[in-house]
Amino acid sequence: KKIALDPKLAEYRGIWVFIEQEEGIAHPVSWELLGRARYLATTLEVEVAAVVFGESQEKVEKITAEALSYGADKVYQVVDPALCDYRSDPYTDCLVNLVRKYKPEILLLGATALSRDLASSVATLLETGLTADCTELSIDVESRSLEATRPTFGGSLLCTILTLNYRPQMATARPGVLPIPTAEPGRKGIVIREQMQIDEEKILTKVLSFIPEPYKTAEKLSTAEVVVGGGRGLKQPGHFALLRELADLLGGEVGGTRPVVQAGWLEAERQIGQTGKTIRPKIYIAVGISGAIQHRVGIEKAGMIVAINSDPNAPIFDYADIGIVGDFLEIIPALIRVLKKRQSP
Amino acid sequence: MHAVILVKQVPDSSQIRVHPQTGTIMRQGVPAILNPYDLYALEEALQLKDKYGAFLTVLSMGPLQAENALRKALSYGVDEAILLSDRAFAGSDTLATSYALAAALRKIDSYRKIDIVFTGKQTIDGDTGQVGPGVARRLGFQLLTYVQEISHVDFNKKTVMVHRKSERGIQVVASKLPCLITVLEGKKTIRYASLPHMIRAARAPVKIWNRLEAGIEELSKIGLKGSPTVVGKVFAPQNSRGPAEKLEGRNPEETCTLLVEKILEKYPEMEKKWV
Ligand SMILES: Cc1cc2nc3c(=O)[nH]c(=O)nc-3n(C[C@H](O)[C@H](O)[C@H](O)COP(=O)(O)OP(=O)(O)OC[C@H]3O[C@@H](n4cnc5c(N)ncnc54)[C@H](O)[C@@H]3O)c2cc1C
Ligand SMILES: Cc1cc2nc3c(=O)[nH]c(=O)nc-3n(C[C@H](O)[C@H](O)[C@H](O)COP(=O)(O)OP(=O)(O)OC[C@H]3O[C@@H](n4cnc5c(N)ncnc54)[C@H](O)[C@@H]3O)c2cc1C
Repeated sequence: KKIALDPKLAEYRGIWVFIEQEEGIAHPVSWELLGRARYLATTLEVEVAAVVFGESQEKVEKITAEALSYGADKVYQVVDPALCDYRSDPYTDCLVNLVRKYKPEILLLGATALSRDLASSVATLLETGLTADCTELSIDVESRSLEATRPTFGGSLLCTILTLNYRPQMATARPGVLPIPTAEPGRKGIVIREQMQIDEEKILTKVLSFIPEPYKTAEKLSTAEVVVGGGRGLKQPGHFALLRELADLLGGEVGGTRPVVQAGWLEAERQIGQTGKTIRPKIYIAVGISGAIQHRVGIEKAGMIVAINSDPNAPIFDYADIGIVGDFLEIIPALIRVLKKRQSP
Repeated sequence: MHAVILVKQVPDSSQIRVHPQTGTIMRQGVPAILNPYDLYALEEALQLKDKYGAFLTVLSMGPLQAENALRKALSYGVDEAILLSDRAFAGSDTLATSYALAAALRKIDSYRKIDIVFTGKQTIDGDTGQVGPGVARRLGFQLLTYVQEISHVDFNKKTVMVHRKSERGIQVVASKLPCLITVLEGKKTIRYASLPHMIRAARAPVKIWNRLEAGIEELSKIGLKGSPTVVGKVFAPQNSRGPAEKLEGRNPEETCTLLVEKILEKYPEMEKKWV
């Protein structure tokens, strides 16, 4: 494991986070990454830089201010009309050029559709390692290496991946896993405006139109303070109405396990777990859910897990904070009555 | 008109179990299957064959047993199957994998020009989604990821139009051939293999190429040597909570009153938000 870093590679310093934005709105995973980058930077005693691309100075400035408030010391900006919508070629070229010029030792991106496309492209051209879909990022102090940890085999195991004699060390992180740091509005930093020679004529892919998705359920789920999750134990789709009523009372959202999504009882965007969303509400209430590992990986970051299950030996009770053994058809209506009574005694 | 579909053979992860005591993976007896996401890539390619009579080649890198995955592809009506197999590929990460696949694709392209390369969105084992973009970058093909629909292809004018998913919506994109398309799952129904194709698939030859036949001279770019990423430790996730404190022996009303009190003990501010 001990490898003396090639002197050329030792020049690489600092941690970069690519700030993903579409239509002028930054993806929250960017702030999650800045929070973690700050922490890693303290260990390495280096700076945190954000990279912001966009088509107008105005949009880029807005996101730059946000990036500084979430902990970036420096922001590299590239403004060009060609960077309006995400396109693999111009984004890749700009990021590769910046890395070659400024040599960061670590480059982090979100594990979203957009940034996975970009990260894989950039890593290939730079011929460096890229660890996908990480849930934990830390530093091996001795070798100054990034330890990028990701779930494997459906979440039943974790593995830590290192990129030893290559720089930058790249990783994408799964959205919703790392906490968003507290913003410090008005925080200042260094802004570097990079000019890139982008020739629109040479870009072969053109965006003809963009069909925005209405309000994204996925976003509601990942920001909700309370989530009520339903599983196959609900027995029939109609029983989700009970969970909705409870979630509404608590100002929360409804989610569920993969089997209920596959059965068509719940929209796919509401699936929680390994192949669904990772959520971090204050309170998660699991109703009629057995507690399979693939589900648990999506709820681990909840503040408090309450499990309601009729089987006293259901595995979910080993991973919850509070358990109620019972039929949800008795427990949930009782809980609704108790809550209503508190509100209007 | 020529499309190449990249497919990978993977362990059927729904059947993988972890040893309860040692935390190691129990792979014995776990069947190998064609990566389920690759079936959607195959279906897109087959539809091009139906419409335009495109010639389809399927390419996989893996151990000799991966021939089964290729035969499966043949049974759907693919014309040619190539397996890239060599000890020297063992331990390849995505960078080394895209290097080897790109080399084989260049060789294929040298005798039959490639218009489109299709890949799945990701695999169910490595699960990175990095191989497709890597291959496109190495070949200099236009990269179109997370494609939901190919609305138009013109093999003469070398143009293609697709709908691709982005975080906040759908991008409608016009691009040029040759391109590499990573296909999103679930948008099209996958066909059944037809009997004549199945009979043909059982007998059809699968070409097997070693690294030299794929035109790879440099050993430093493939296998463990060509892989920047190194797997450090593998471990079981920690369980930081539980076993649950069970609220028992009361009637549902009392149990729930106690539950609400416990929640408010930890999050007193929550009550304000309860409407
Ligand atoms: C590759 C892969 C990826 C996967 N990804 C995901 C994922 O992202 N998310 C996910 O959730 N799953 C995922 N799964 C599926 C996962 O393995 C489990 O099968 C699933 O989570 C189980 O769902 P469940 O708890 O709803 O159903 P079950 O396991 O059937 O559990 C139902 C529970 O309800 C209880 N119950 C029954 N009746 C009542 C009642 N009247 N009152 C109260 N409780 C009752 C039962 O005791 C039981 O514990 C994945 C699997 C694979 C192989
Ligand atoms: C648990 C685990 C974690 C890993 N993590 C990483 C990591 O973080 N970074 C990293 O660089 N490597 C990683 N690897 C190694 C990586 O899985 C291998 O390099 C693998 O050969 C290809 O990557 P993938 O399975 O992620 O494919 P993906 O990139 O998810 O595959 C996308 C598509 O590319 C095509 N494709 C992929 N592999 C082949 C193939 N062999 N032959 C033909 N077509 C193919 C298929 O169409 C597939 O649908 C990991 C492996 C394992 C088992």
